[in-house]
Amino acid sequence: MELIDQHTKKIMEGCKKRARDAGLSFQDESLEYIVTNRDLLELSPKNMIPTLYDYWVHDVEVMREKGKYELYPHNPYETVINTRPAISFYNDNNPDWLNVMIFYHVLGHIDFFQNNLYFRHTWDYDFTGEALSDKRMFTRLRAEKGRWVEYIIEFARGIDNLVGYHKELSAKHERPAPDHSKKVDFYFDIFLQKVKKIRVSEYIKEIERFNSCRREMGGMCEDSFFSDVEQNHPEFNTMFNKSLDKKPKETKDLLQFLMMNSKMLNNEKNNWMKTILQIVRKTSLFFQPQIRTKIMNEGWASYWHDTLFMKDDRIAGHEVDYARVNAGVTSMPRVGLNPYALGMRMFSYIEELAEKGKMTWDFQKIKDADERRDYDKKNGNGQDQIFKIRENLCDFTFLNTFVDQDFVTKNKLFVSGKRLNESKMVWEYYVKSRNAADYRDMLLTQLYHPPHIVIDLEKSDNGQLYLVHKFEEKPLIKDFLDNTMLGIEYLWGGPVHLETHEVVAQPTKSMPPTIPIPGVPPQRDETERKQEIQWQRVQYSMEDRKLSKKKL
Amino acid sequence: MKSELKKIYKRLKSEGLSAERDAKIRLEVDGELTHDPPAAPYGDLPTGTDGLSPIKKLYAYHDMAVLQATSGAQSSSTNRIQTMDELLEKDKLREKDGFPRKIRVGRMIKPGKAGQGKIVVIPTTVEEKFMHDPTMKPTDDEQAGGHGEGEEGEVIGEQPIHDPQDQSGAGPGEGEGGQHEMESSAYDLGRILTEQFELPNLKEKGKKRSLTRYTYDLTDKNRGFGQVLDKKATLKQIVETNISLGNLPDMNDIDPTGFLIAPSDKIYRILSREKDYESQAMIFFLRDYSGSMAGKTTELVVAQHVLIYSWLLYQYANQVETRFILHDTSAKEVKDFYTYYNSRVAGGTQVSSAYRLVNEIVENENLRSDYNIYVFHGTDGDDWDTDGRESIPELKKILSYASRTGITIAEHSSGSSTKTEVERYLLRSELLEKMPKLIRLDVISEDADEKRLIDGIRKLISE
Repeated sequence: MELIDQHTKKIMEGCKKRARDAGLSFQDESLEYIVTNRDLLELSPKNMIPTLYDYWVHDVEVMREKGKYELYPHNPYETVINTRPAISFYNDNNPDWLNVMIFYHVLGHIDFFQNNLYFRHTWDYDFTGEALSDKRMFTRLRAEKGRWVEYIIEFARGIDNLVGYHKELSAKHERPAPDHSKKVDFYFDIFLQKVKKIRVSEYIKEIERFNSCRREMGGMCEDSFFSDVEQNHPEFNTMFNKSLDKKPKETKDLLQFLMMNSKMLNNEKNNWMKTILQIVRKTSLFFQPQIRTKIMNEGWASYWHDTLFMKDDRIAGHEVDYARVNAGVTSMPRVGLNPYALGMRMFSYIEELAEKGKMTWDFQKIKDADERRDYDKKNGNGQDQIFKIRENLCDFTFLNTFVDQDFVTKNKLFVSGKRLNESKMVWEYYVKSRNAADYRDMLLTQLYHPPHIVIDLEKSDNGQLYLVHKFEEKPLIKDFLDNTMLGIEYLWGGPVHLETHEVVAQPTKSMPPTIPIPGVPPQRDETERKQEIQWQRVQYSMEDRKLSKKKL
Repeated sequence: MKSELKKIYKRLKSEGLSAERDAKIRLEVDGELTHDPPAAPYGDLPTGTDGLSPIKKLYAYHDMAVLQATSGAQSSSTNRIQTMDELLEKDKLREKDGFPRKIRVGRMIKPGKAGQGKIVVIPTTVEEKFMHDPTMKPTDDEQAGGHGEGEEGEVIGEQPIHDPQDQSGAGPGEGEGGQHEMESSAYDLGRILTEQFELPNLKEKGKKRSLTRYTYDLTDKNRGFGQVLDKKATLKQIVETNISLGNLPDMNDIDPTGFLIAPSDKIYRILSREKDYESQAMIFFLRDYSGSMAGKTTELVVAQHVLIYSWLLYQYANQVETRFILHDTSAKEVKDFYTYYNSRVAGGTQVSSAYRLVNEIVENENLRSDYNIYVFHGTDGDDWDTDGRESIPELKKILSYASRTGITIAEHSSGSSTKTEVERYLLRSELLEKMPKLIRLDVISEDADEKRLIDGIRKLISE
């Protein structure tokens, strides 16, 4: 890896200036590297982070067939990474005009990384820097603990797709802590309402008493207030203290829960394992927003490279070259989804909506198609609007809000289906629906969505850990349960249970195999094909490295 | 070929068939499959990376490919050649520590020079996590985005059901063709199987035949004098000498007229006596490539044959000759492993044809006295010859000379729970019990994994 030459860097700086003038905002510094095939070979398993820790799986071809992108939500071949300064990677032989296009695209990404709120938790530090120190930490641990380091990394990575990314994010946006103590919360929220079950009028009186007390005494108020309380309810203090240590503390995800509550990990000689869990968790959190903003991020970058490139005075004479490359990037495939094309059209569409004042209640009320089409209030704030959207939305909210019938119709989009034509022995692709709701559903089901697995604190006692996979009509991959739960059992140091749902195998009706008769379309029994899926609640248990299953 | 099939079918029908058998056979007769090896491996279908669907998925797009036309990095073939051993060594330790193994030996066949298929060994693994099962949806119901003209319900494209990649019998990890591969010979794979997966060693190994034949060949080298001047080696030596003399100031502009040549720079080839080892093992690989073998069963059979081939190669220290036979209702010998591995499934099934061909080859070439003969047959257990009336006599003939015959039946999981035809008539013939040293049967289900395959080999070849 080496830095781009001065000539190319100058082009980049020119791009930055033009992008800023157009309204994009990003940090001044950025690093651009030329990468060879050999570099890519080393970078791609590390998700393009040059300093990411080493792990043997990186050296091995990972099985591809099964849901690769579920497993590895982040893109292995990203051109620019979300670090401070942002680092981007280039081929050695790109012509200047192509670099201009890629630079604008990259700047679009950097602007997105640094302004979209779903990346909020990555703003305050440089990931490459921390990754480097983590990598050194792993190396040191390996020298001390040998292969056990690999096992702990493996087990931690086994659950790193369950990190509480959204909880972590909302903590960043939490309101400042209230200026009263937990005791007050407990008294008013639980003690009076659930234990004493007093009447509303009394409750209001009690609040009034607290407020007046606070007005008079200021910071000292709680002491005097609770001394009164104790006279009336002598049991209050014991109950409050009991409530404090009743349960293990609420945690953001399984990894954090294990770090805080596992007896095994909290054994002093195993403390080093927690370091590994911490690093794996942090790394996973860092990559989470990328996949949840894929369509927006690529759409935004494509929107800007398209907008800025054509205005750039330095590329005169290469419009045709550009058009060819750009068509490849931003054209909609006949069947399939191109995030660049879809995202870019979405942003243009939203810009137009805002420009014409269509993002208003007045417009929503109009039912007449002609009127809707010709509606134009000339509001002219289209760009402001898309800037706001790039700041506040993620793929789910983006698609869910803005994919409407006008958008689908305008861009000639449809949901394609695939069916078997038994007489021709081919899969047929056909236009299944041009309805916006169907199209939106199809998009949403394609979005990355890890299983939602929570810890059942009630059932987790006596050293047992009880996990519940929330039912979303999606079964887990059975082959993977064994090793994953083995890892959790190891980290937890006791039996682990997982409650989930499985599809009940349908008793296959012994109907004779249909023999295709040439020329005659095969008869289909639609009702039979669309059989209701039957779900069975099951519990897997891992104890002493043995997996067992029982029906619930 | 079609009419021939129909003829056989008619004959069978006149002899009486159960409804179920009839339907099964009809499927193969009426199928429109051919044995042509796959054309371009992926054609120009847009390929998704999950191997399930040819449509490129949302998350398969990335900047490096889209903007800079950089595909996945290509690893050079000799890259980190030692890692396979290291990984397997580590994997052994895992077992010791009480955790299951994680490395699988993915492998693929590449067409090599001179018709020699080369086996490439790729270590593969999988990172297990709690994940939604993407295969759960019926493929019939697969939805994707679309763009362009067309009324609702209109068909906009077709894709043949039997994609080449469905039937090429690719081993795990074959996915995107040759990326990150490490080349290793089949011999290495055999060594790995023997050492790491603890497959048994052959007792007979090392029972060398008398080395009566010698040939003389110009193989030894001699400096200074000899029979034939080895020009290339000599030139190299001269250049070396001149470099060390400082007679080569500019590497880019070499003037050979200025070379100094010492007598000892001249390298000659001289005649020497070479031992000519005889091959000790002759392996017949038989594969059912009838229409019913589509999909997973073929994959399993071929994968297992690669493993057996490698293991024997190691056991006999490369002194192995192989013959490859494919059969549907008739059998044919193919010239190399690549064709054997890649030929597509089609047609009906008559196991006896393959056995007969083996017998003919052994007879005509008089192999019986000179070789340890092994016969391995992979099938899904389907046979139009329901009672084995033709197969069993041919099989008995094979058993009279073969050191070991191993039959692998990869059962279709969708099939009825009763035993397959081949299994049934083998059991009825009682050959398995009478000659356990000569014939072995291994029945695996369609969803068997690599571990199961290796266990199967152990079963087929153990003493």
